[in-house]
Amino acid sequence: MAAALRILDPGLLTTVQDLGRVGYQHLGVPTGGALDPVSLRAANLLVGNRPIEGALEIAYVGPTFVIEADSANLACAGADVSIEVLSDEVATTGVRLSSMQSFRAQRGQVVRIGPTSGSSVVYLAVEGGFEITPVLGSVSTYIRGHIGGWQGRALIAGDVLPLRRSSGSERDEFRVEGLDLSRPSRFRVVLGPQNTFFSEESIEAFLKGEYTVSPATDRMAILLDGPKLEHTAGHDIISDGIALGSVQVPGHGRPIVLMADRQTTGGYPKVATVISADLPALGRSRIGDKISFQEISIEEAQQLRRLFVQQIDSIPTRIVHGHRTGDDLTAGLLTNNLISGIVDAQLAPPVE
Amino acid sequence: MTEYNVLAAGDTALVVDFGNTVDLNVSAKVLALAERLNDLKIDGVIETVPTIRSLSIYYEPLTVSATRLERQVADILEHLDEEPETGRTCDIPVCYDPELAPDLEHVASQCNIDPARVIEIHSSRTYHVYMLGFLPGLAYLGDLPPELSLPRRATPRPRIPAGSLGIGGKLTCIYPMATPCGWHIIGRSPTPLWDATLSRGALLRAGDKVKFEPVSLREYRRSRGIAATARADTSH
Repeated sequence: MAAALRILDPGLLTTVQDLGRVGYQHLGVPTGGALDPVSLRAANLLVGNRPIEGALEIAYVGPTFVIEADSANLACAGADVSIEVLSDEVATTGVRLSSMQSFRAQRGQVVRIGPTSGSSVVYLAVEGGFEITPVLGSVSTYIRGHIGGWQGRALIAGDVLPLRRSSGSERDEFRVEGLDLSRPSRFRVVLGPQNTFFSEESIEAFLKGEYTVSPATDRMAILLDGPKLEHTAGHDIISDGIALGSVQVPGHGRPIVLMADRQTTGGYPKVATVISADLPALGRSRIGDKISFQEISIEEAQQLRRLFVQQIDSIPTRIVHGHRTGDDLTAGLLTNNLISGIVDAQLAPPVE
Repeated sequence: MTEYNVLAAGDTALVVDFGNTVDLNVSAKVLALAERLNDLKIDGVIETVPTIRSLSIYYEPLTVSATRLERQVADILEHLDEEPETGRTCDIPVCYDPELAPDLEHVASQCNIDPARVIEIHSSRTYHVYMLGFLPGLAYLGDLPPELSLPRRATPRPRIPAGSLGIGGKLTCIYPMATPCGWHIIGRSPTPLWDATLSRGALLRAGDKVKFEPVSLREYRRSRGIAATARADTSH
């Protein structure tokens, strides 16, 4: 029988995601991909995968699944979650682990991932990755277009997700040390491209005000409640392109930040664009978060991008050799920081 | 001399904007600029997205500067000659039967003409594909004759079926998949406009020409059957 994860409970919104599709926006295909690509990379590196491998993006409430492989090496990175490994489908309690470290599970064992805290999303990577055919160069799930991922949709109970490896390699466990996955309350923006469509007072209110992430938020857009913007040049424009992080303002005046699954083009003016270095952190924001925006120049944004790329490049050096975390005791020691990790590039798992 | 603005959409995208207009001459410039820029294969240019009125250029600022891209755009636009038409012409069957055209009567009465005349006007032109956007494979076609130009519906429909033919303002389009929609629906096409399993993905490309060919409900149903079989064949 082919190796797989069999889904018992899909959680709230669990989808296969990688870094998304590049080069198809001119056909109307959104880029998609992980809301928090930094955490996606960390999860993959923890199990020795290429950092850009497809993994499960888990939003708010985690899935429960059965290991249908001889064994599997897994890791969660991103939000804090409680991971419970149960001996079989009838067991009620098992070994508790936390995210940001690799762990091993055996055939028939059940992995139960709890609600996320800290970030809205956590990524579950499996050593070797999922055996899923890419669509237009990516395994990312674009739900609205029924494209990619597992049957073009979020996971449901009963799904059997094929794995590339039939057993996990014999390897030591690893964990992530010192990777900044914080969820800031202030996001930096570059004004434009249509900031001239708004009154100066509106832009000032936008930059000084506090916004609340609305419950209607999804992978396509973060809807915000807070100071409204007033259009001075109408709120319908002939469609133009929509960059990741665009802050568009429809007729109702409430800003909407367009995220991974955003449509490629749209007809509302965009007052500002969140800088690229802040987008993974924005992807971590949770419904109810209070956030605000700060204007910076493009030159500053590009300097920050340089630092951000250095941070991405440094992730492999933050994957440190940890003790095997096969039981509650070790997991407890790890969370209490009683075992100190030493950064040693030579001990890091093989990466590209 | 071509008038345009280069706007920043954050730190990794530029928008070459020709103004808030639906205009065949502007579209020709946008598409020619996209083609020339893509041909240059500039290191650091990730992708370009032509729209009705602008070209978005997504780039990696650590590889190529915005200044360099702006100079390149200015150079291309300065030397842009009248381009020969390069797009293909595509005939797309459409069934305008009232069963598949919930807004045909309404459009006819708003435009003060017979439904038959609506069909005649709509299907007698060759349309230009301005852009693809909003959904995979969704092509914005123009120009719709002024006799059929109406504002969008006051209340958008929560869901229209795949293949629905819509009109709004100067534009017309076929929705490749089921979606909420604020345009007036005056027919449905049996032709799949999007299929990710095919190498082209989208049937149409910006710059193509499109003619609508009216078909009966019976022909529509027959073609739908064939299209469904063809899709099943290519997906295995």
